[in-house]
Amino acid sequence: MTTHKPAIDLSGDPRRRNRERFVRTVFFVAGLISILISIAIILSLVGEAWTFISGLVDEGELSSLWSIGWFPRRGLFDLRTIVVGTFIIAVIAILVATPLGLGAAVYLAEYASPRARRTLKPIIEMLAGIPSVVLGFWALSFIGPEIVQRIFPSSGVFSMLSAGLAVGVLITPLVASVSEDAMRAVPQSLREASFGLGANRVTTTIRVVLPAAISGIMASLILAFSRAIGETMVVFMAAGAVGGALFTVNPLDPGQTMTAAIASLAIGTDQVAGEGLAFQSLFFVGLLLFLMTLALNSASNRLVRRFREIY
Amino acid sequence: MASRTSATQRATRDAVRASLEGRRTEPGAVVFKILLLVMLLSSLLILVVLLADILAGAWPTLRDRGLGFITSGLSLNPETAGVWTGIIGSLVIAFLVILLAIPIGIGAAVYLEEYAPDNRLTSWIDTAVRNLAGVPSIVFGLLGLTMFVALVNGIGLGGSTEGKNVIAAGITMAALVLPIVIITSAEAIRAVPATIREAGYGVGATKWEVIRSHVLPSAFPGILTGTVLTLARAFGETAPLLVIGVATGFFSASADATLIDNLTGPYTALPVIVFSWSRQTDPAFAATLAPAAITVLLAVLFVLNGVAIYFRNRFEKRW
Repeated sequence: MTTHKPAIDLSGDPRRRNRERFVRTVFFVAGLISILISIAIILSLVGEAWTFISGLVDEGELSSLWSIGWFPRRGLFDLRTIVVGTFIIAVIAILVATPLGLGAAVYLAEYASPRARRTLKPIIEMLAGIPSVVLGFWALSFIGPEIVQRIFPSSGVFSMLSAGLAVGVLITPLVASVSEDAMRAVPQSLREASFGLGANRVTTTIRVVLPAAISGIMASLILAFSRAIGETMVVFMAAGAVGGALFTVNPLDPGQTMTAAIASLAIGTDQVAGEGLAFQSLFFVGLLLFLMTLALNSASNRLVRRFREIY
Repeated sequence: MASRTSATQRATRDAVRASLEGRRTEPGAVVFKILLLVMLLSSLLILVVLLADILAGAWPTLRDRGLGFITSGLSLNPETAGVWTGIIGSLVIAFLVILLAIPIGIGAAVYLEEYAPDNRLTSWIDTAVRNLAGVPSIVFGLLGLTMFVALVNGIGLGGSTEGKNVIAAGITMAALVLPIVIITSAEAIRAVPATIREAGYGVGATKWEVIRSHVLPSAFPGILTGTVLTLARAFGETAPLLVIGVATGFFSASADATLIDNLTGPYTALPVIVFSWSRQTDPAFAATLAPAAITVLLAVLFVLNGVAIYFRNRFEKRW
């Protein structure tokens, strides 16, 4: 028996092969880190949130989740206050951002000449680049006193309305750019078919382009709503009520949102740590916020994938 | 009867002629277009009013203090308070983001685009990246508070702040921007045409050699643009820093503090200075110093965005 050796070894230099395997492993580990961070987020939130809930159960104080307001340092954790506050501000924001963002998107996608688009789009993107702490300051120093208090003299410097308006400005570029992408993904042939039937640009836009792009537009609005819910600095600075708030549905009152509740508690973390359950309540609210934005973002992702599949 | 028919016919004829010959200026169409333009322009108007309002507030401070406002540190006295401490803090955070998030993010993007098999683990990574990109920034603050502060403490860099220092802040910020780095880098890598890779394989290069010498250099402009925009994001982010114990009040480092003392001691960042000054009761801080600090912050972001646009235009490849 003779052993058959191939004439040439095609497997290459073993050092080169080892290097390939090593590099592949390094990239794989880099890819895994996102999963690790996701797990770490869930673990850190669920752990302390569980301590919070079981602590309340032990003390027999579960009813403090449904009381007159959100005053964590006094053991009042009324979830209605911060959830309703969050939604009031997010709804005001979406009411501002829908007309402004959609109007800008329709104009850029259907009406603007390529040159106008090249100048206008970067300016909208600039608005997107403004940090939220700047808009928070502006809500406090301009929108509150110059707009809200002029129209509603009864409101104070801090109000959910002025925070909501500023958050609306913050999410307008998001609505504009995602909806514009959706409308530009509508094939030109659909528009031409409509023009060929004698429809003008308005009819084409409203009856052909918008229905064809509707899932992308909805996705942009859901995404913007989720961003508004997760926005911290504007709400923290302009909605007022640092430390706590009574339950209210009046947007002219100061209010507390989930994010602002976390931030205002955290600023005094050193004092609250170990004092009652206030520190743990932070993570419970964080978990609630995480689950809400996760649900909204998944819905939005699914819609985006749908409009990508059609065309 | 006959006259009515002819009147209808005439009206029809006129309408047809008008729409064939005349210029159609339907009032509805004009109103619609104007309405759209008004909405677009009101966004721009908001931007202009915002910038004008802030610059007007900042002008007296910047005019009287000039560079002194940038180079002086925190102070309780509005006459001498400056943003230098915050600039240093933001730069250290940005440095840690570059050190951690950029290599890991580009590595993950390369894995997802070049190596990843089409299996369940890959789709988990993909889902994790997508969802992390949408997690509110303050939740990353909670992550930093429980995990990264303890981590920094555990490796002996806790210092006087017991881990609530700029190192923990940098790690938290790196985790926050990681999904953005992955998504923008993956897009840049995906845009490299398959022919470029095939040319590399054709001359006998291995996968890593193709990635190193062909894919990454071709995707470089896109990755660089994304990286710079990521830094801009890290510079403006405030909420997670508040959760992980950034100093919102006055502090000063002792004169004989070493570099390690400074890195592990109390810290602040540029956007945090904006936040803490705007809630001071002293109107000198809230009305004049806060807008001046915002102007410095916006100037930094403006420069970063300009650099990103420059890279995009300078190196952009069209295949």
